[in-house]
Amino acid sequence: MDHGAEFALEKHFDPIGARIGMWLFLFTELLLFGGLFLLYAIYLNKHPEDFHYASSQLNQFIGAMNTIILLTSSLTMALAVGAMHRHSRKLALFFLILTFLLAAGFLVNKYFEWGAKIHHGIYPGSEELLQHPQGEILFYGLYYTMTGLHGLHVVVGMVVMGFLFYFSVKKSHKAVSLQPHFLQPLLGKKLKLTDSKGTKIWESEEISDQISGVEVILKGKQPEDKFASNTVKFENAGLYWHLVDIIWIFLFPLFYLIAM
Amino acid sequence: MASVAGTVPMEKSFYEEKGRHSGLLAWLLSTDHKRIGIMYLISMTTFFLVGVAIGVLMRLELISPGETIMGAQTYNSLFTLHGVIMIFLFIIPGIPAAFGNFFLPLQIGAKDVAFPRLNLLSYWLYLIGVTIALSSLFTGPGPADTGWTFYAPYSLRTGTNVTLAVLAAFVLGFSSILTGLNFITTMHRMRAPGMTFFKMPLFCWSLYATGWIQILATPILGITLALVMVERLIGVGVFDPVKGGDPVLYQHLFWIYSHPAVYIMVLPAMGVLTEIIPTFARRTIFGYKAIAFSSMAIAFVGYLVWGHHMFTSGISDTSRMAFSFLTFLVAIPSAIKVFNWLATLYKGSIDMQPPFLYGITFIILFSIGGLTGLILGSLATDIHVHDTYFVVAHFHYVMFGGTGFVFFAALHYLGPKMFGRMYNKKVAYIAWVFLFIGFNALYFTMFILGYKGMPRRYYDALPEFHTLHVIATVGSWILVTGIIIMFVNLYRGFRHGEKAGINPWGGTTLEWTVGTPPPLENFHEIPTVVHEPYYHPRNENEEEK
Amino acid sequence: MEKPQEKYQLMGYGTYVMIWLALLLLTGLTVTVAGLNLKNVAIFAAILIAGFKSTLVMNYFMHLKYEAPLFRNMVYIAIFTLAIIIGLTFTDISFR
Repeated sequence: MDHGAEFALEKHFDPIGARIGMWLFLFTELLLFGGLFLLYAIYLNKHPEDFHYASSQLNQFIGAMNTIILLTSSLTMALAVGAMHRHSRKLALFFLILTFLLAAGFLVNKYFEWGAKIHHGIYPGSEELLQHPQGEILFYGLYYTMTGLHGLHVVVGMVVMGFLFYFSVKKSHKAVSLQPHFLQPLLGKKLKLTDSKGTKIWESEEISDQISGVEVILKGKQPEDKFASNTVKFENAGLYWHLVDIIWIFLFPLFYLIAM
Repeated sequence: MASVAGTVPMEKSFYEEKGRHSGLLAWLLSTDHKRIGIMYLISMTTFFLVGVAIGVLMRLELISPGETIMGAQTYNSLFTLHGVIMIFLFIIPGIPAAFGNFFLPLQIGAKDVAFPRLNLLSYWLYLIGVTIALSSLFTGPGPADTGWTFYAPYSLRTGTNVTLAVLAAFVLGFSSILTGLNFITTMHRMRAPGMTFFKMPLFCWSLYATGWIQILATPILGITLALVMVERLIGVGVFDPVKGGDPVLYQHLFWIYSHPAVYIMVLPAMGVLTEIIPTFARRTIFGYKAIAFSSMAIAFVGYLVWGHHMFTSGISDTSRMAFSFLTFLVAIPSAIKVFNWLATLYKGSIDMQPPFLYGITFIILFSIGGLTGLILGSLATDIHVHDTYFVVAHFHYVMFGGTGFVFFAALHYLGPKMFGRMYNKKVAYIAWVFLFIGFNALYFTMFILGYKGMPRRYYDALPEFHTLHVIATVGSWILVTGIIIMFVNLYRGFRHGEKAGINPWGGTTLEWTVGTPPPLENFHEIPTVVHEPYYHPRNENEEEK
Repeated sequence: MEKPQEKYQLMGYGTYVMIWLALLLLTGLTVTVAGLNLKNVAIFAAILIAGFKSTLVMNYFMHLKYEAPLFRNMVYIAIFTLAIIIGLTFTDISFR
């Protein structure tokens, strides 16, 4: 009868809970890279001259460019989140695309940077590198591992942005989803869809055991609750992206700027 | 009984509710925390038994000098497997994944965890990790032979399937992280109205502390194992002495996770015991806040002691003194718990039931294990017993005698609520006798073996150790007999036993107020909590049952 | 357990741009300081500036400044844990 609202799948919407979960995940990333930073600190301590020399061989200009690119992408991501909070979906998507392009730019730079080094025979396990002093071998081992892991996180971030884009432009959604155990009380009855005046639009056959679910899909407009949950997605993706930025904020000086 | 809104009439349990899927998919695609908990329980119990079988084989090899039933290479792979299975597939997911998943939402008055789909992902990652681990056994150059600790540089050089084994552990670690993340968020956001943090059951507190360890420590293992993989695949060099790497750094990074990991293993067990004791002592818990804070203290101090695994590895004297001192500190919060449990029992009205017996065994066996930890934590004595059977005995006392026995206790205490049926209590007692005798015959002997100088992970032993090895192996047979009796009893009971009531033990926390087994959504109405969790009415007034 | 005071504190677009400019300036500072050849102090200066940039990103871009105290406390716990791990490891490395 009037239990319709109760039957709809109780959607548990908790933006703060989602945010807590995201921060906890970021802590795991912090500790993951933290282990690598620990190794860096130890080997820098052990082979200072080799590290300083190897650092001077990296391309400071590309490193600085990449830092600026990532910082700017952080800005555009934050602006995207801000736009979502202001209900400006189109503006949010604009900033999202900018962020994506900047991330791609970062990776292109990385490609050229690594490419140059690899071309000169400097990569883990290479004959050339094994000729160098041990401190340099370790420096480059950490360089490739840390910037590689970071780059992997940039790629993942871009995939996440792709999903954000998809969720934001998707214009059909499930308004009602009746799962089997909600259909139980309706067994033997019929479902009817009427307009606000009571005129019947559609009537189902008798609900039986064979029917495993009933869904109503609305197309063409993104309803408020979907927008709200997309805002949460943007926020959390933003948190992830800012952490990727923070990691690079530390990587840049430690690898590129310690030449003496 | 706790004062809550609404008693529950006979209604459909979550098993009976029809979902979108049927058969196996109804389980593998379910985001219901109760189903996920049961899937974890069945999986990990299976692997526990596999691990036990491997242990039996190892003991068979050691019963007589020279080659008995296998060659040395096989033996090395077996002890590696035994460790990997018992630690990564059984005890670390362990109580949180099985009982935590099932009972945390019930205990805090919630309908599910904060992220049900993430929860299911945790289980799938567990299965994926298992599959990768199994593939490491049967493909290519054969199972890893490095020990579950994968020490460099051997793990970097050996031809066996280290990369696969380590990848499995990496994936399993991710599963563990997500569980911890889920539980912490759940406790912050989904407690029933009126349930402040300090009205939460202490099992929840232990899961909270454990969750923080899972989140902050596991990634270090992740990066360490990733470095081993990268090292083996492309030769990065950070742990390889030939390239200037320091193998001791591997040990540092490995134990920075693996020491806190032992608190992931033991804290939830202490939490379950803290549930069992007030129920069967018919008294409220003594020192609620002390126990809650000591869980957090153990989690914190547990990060500071990892070096005690490395006293003979060549680390500096300064660090060895620091780590030894800190190791002594970490015993304190555990001792606080033991004192509070005993104080709860004192002048309580003890109801000796199987869960209680198995639970109390924890206190005896864990205390023995814990005290021997002090011998290991002392620099001077550690020199003599490091890497001997003394260490093996120590960790089996705390992990098996401790967490293992409480895992059994949890099966006896919470199993009836999960499966809706009761087992044969007499047989449970009989199983316990075999378990207790077999366990001590097997592992106490190892203290003596280690003290006398028998090294660990050795395929063969000097003749002077022969008698003790025989005693230990016979002990393992008695122990396994107990395990079989216990599991057969539980299986038959949970399958065909008498239906269990809503509250067969007289527990006072929220899980005992819902149906047995619980309905799909746990609570019709989220209860409002008034009392603290272990509220037992005074003995002079009416005894509520 | 939803509370009414959990409303999201909106930040102005302009604020974000200002923080970004500050970050760019600090990056320039980092590069400049690196060129000053300060020997051993160089690393600490670099880390200090990077740390400060990170707090800007966390407080403003990641909204930490306007979140409930719980978030800030969790961040402290995580950073503290990492600090301990690094510190205790160095009791070995520095004294071998």
